Amino acid sequence: MAQKLSDTQTDFPILNQEVNDERLVYLDNAATAQKPNQVVEALVHFYQHDNANVHRGVHTLAERATAAYEDARHKLQHFIHAEKPTEVIFTKGATDGLNLVASTYGEANVKAGDEIVISIMEHHSNLIPWQQLAIKKHATLKYIGLTADGELDMADAAAKITDKTKIVAVAHASNVMGTVTPVKALVKLAHDHGAIFVGDGAQAVPHMPVDVTDLDVDFYAFSGHKMMGPTGIGVLYGKEDLLQAMPPYQYGGEMIGFVHRDNSTWAELPWKFEAGTQNIAGAIGLGAAVDYLNNIGMDRIQAHEQDLVNYLLPKMEAMPGVTVYGPQDPAKHTGVIAFNLDNLHPHDVATALDMEGVAVRAGHHCAQPLMEYLGLVATARASLYLYNTQADADKLLTALQETKEFFNHGTVKAK
Amino acid sequence: MGLSKLNSLYREVILDHADHPHHKHALAESTNTITLKNPTCGDVINLEIKLTPDDKIADIGFTGDGCTISQSSASMMSDAVMGKSKEEALKMAKTFSDMAIGKEHPQADLDELQDAAILSNIMQFPARIKCATLSWWALQRALLEETDDTSEEES
Repeated sequence: MAQKLSDTQTDFPILNQEVNDERLVYLDNAATAQKPNQVVEALVHFYQHDNANVHRGVHTLAERATAAYEDARHKLQHFIHAEKPTEVIFTKGATDGLNLVASTYGEANVKAGDEIVISIMEHHSNLIPWQQLAIKKHATLKYIGLTADGELDMADAAAKITDKTKIVAVAHASNVMGTVTPVKALVKLAHDHGAIFVGDGAQAVPHMPVDVTDLDVDFYAFSGHKMMGPTGIGVLYGKEDLLQAMPPYQYGGEMIGFVHRDNSTWAELPWKFEAGTQNIAGAIGLGAAVDYLNNIGMDRIQAHEQDLVNYLLPKMEAMPGVTVYGPQDPAKHTGVIAFNLDNLHPHDVATALDMEGVAVRAGHHCAQPLMEYLGLVATARASLYLYNTQADADKLLTALQETKEFFNHGTVKAK
Repeated sequence: MGLSKLNSLYREVILDHADHPHHKHALAESTNTITLKNPTCGDVINLEIKLTPDDKIADIGFTGDGCTISQSSASMMSDAVMGKSKEEALKMAKTFSDMAIGKEHPQADLDELQDAAILSNIMQFPARIKCATLSWWALQRALLEETDDTSEEES
């Protein structure tokens, strides 16, 4: 069993507390991750020492702020193995990045009769932008289904992606099923048909090594806050030639070349896509998060989470009344574990677990078409990160058992 | 603390209503209907009411899916408003909504709510207030004939 990867006592004071008089066990990492002191301190340091607007002042603070902001961009570039920093655009998060692609590339390249192909397990953020684009352009939105095991059905993908397909957009890792999609194979399928591939990396980048150049994705969006960075900052990776050819997303300050009365020219990449004053501190904080993750190593983080899944998943599956969604084989399952307990509504389960100090998510996980596909209204979801331990897994298991007993007991007594 | 605090939320009467909800069926004929959703959890309630010509609730029924709290609340709400006038039922809906957010009310108003008054503890569980109020909100909107579905989106 893997040891703790990080010194949670020191680095994550938020985890060192009790809720409802119980030790906090934070298992809602797929929603957002906690921030180590190193990230918080980077924000504080910036605001206390270097705060200025970037790319416009000539004074010292402006230079420092600009250097720190662009340094963060380089960190993100290397983290995802992009070839150039110009291919790394700071956004508000994955949702913002995916909307950017739909509103610019999609707007310019999708015509009536074209097809956009996504999967049935997409988060709403990688679904609605394409759905609305398809409606607007009279294009067809097609969904790749899942295998019985909850993995992306590649035979269906091969059938759905055709020469009419202009865009294929799929999550790299599911926020519900706990699966990783074969992005490289999907990219090849898309490219073979002349389509581009857009990856939603929100649940992948925080948990595994990601190499956008090797994957050959055309666009790839992710959020900072799920990888221990601040909220309100994220990254859109795009291949340079595609970004060059695209119209801007928003107009305003910072993204211009020259502005005349009747027309304007745009700034160079990546600033063409960064209109207005950006979340400068957020980008710097995200850079600090990248340092933190790199210090541990993404391979080790992935291995640690896999060890925990190997420990936890079979025990959950063996518990009478527990249904785990997605692959039952721990080796095929990420640290995102959606489940239901008996016939209890997941909100009741989540409230009970909260009383035991265990924070999980309950609901449709912003994936309503997936819930419908699975014939479910909602599920509970426990999701792991590098600071979780075997003790956390044990606490979840005990709390689940007690929740089960509580509701069984209550029901029996009531009759 | 563990699960002991849960006792105040999941009282026996609540669990009983959730297991054996009253009025959980569609009506053969109705005058006022509404479908409401709680988009944060996917709960759905279809509420049907049959008003008499002088605006009394002659029958009420609900269908849909939801958690223990929302199902029992719909059951207790239906019990409480059967036979009431539209005006009385609207007043009860207001009392319940106020109670759920911790506003003081005269004991007589709370007594009117019958079993539903037991959900006053819900304010200790802020994340669950919506579960308890969904059916009362549906009642209010059905009686006021605001038949549109609501739709909020969570992130």
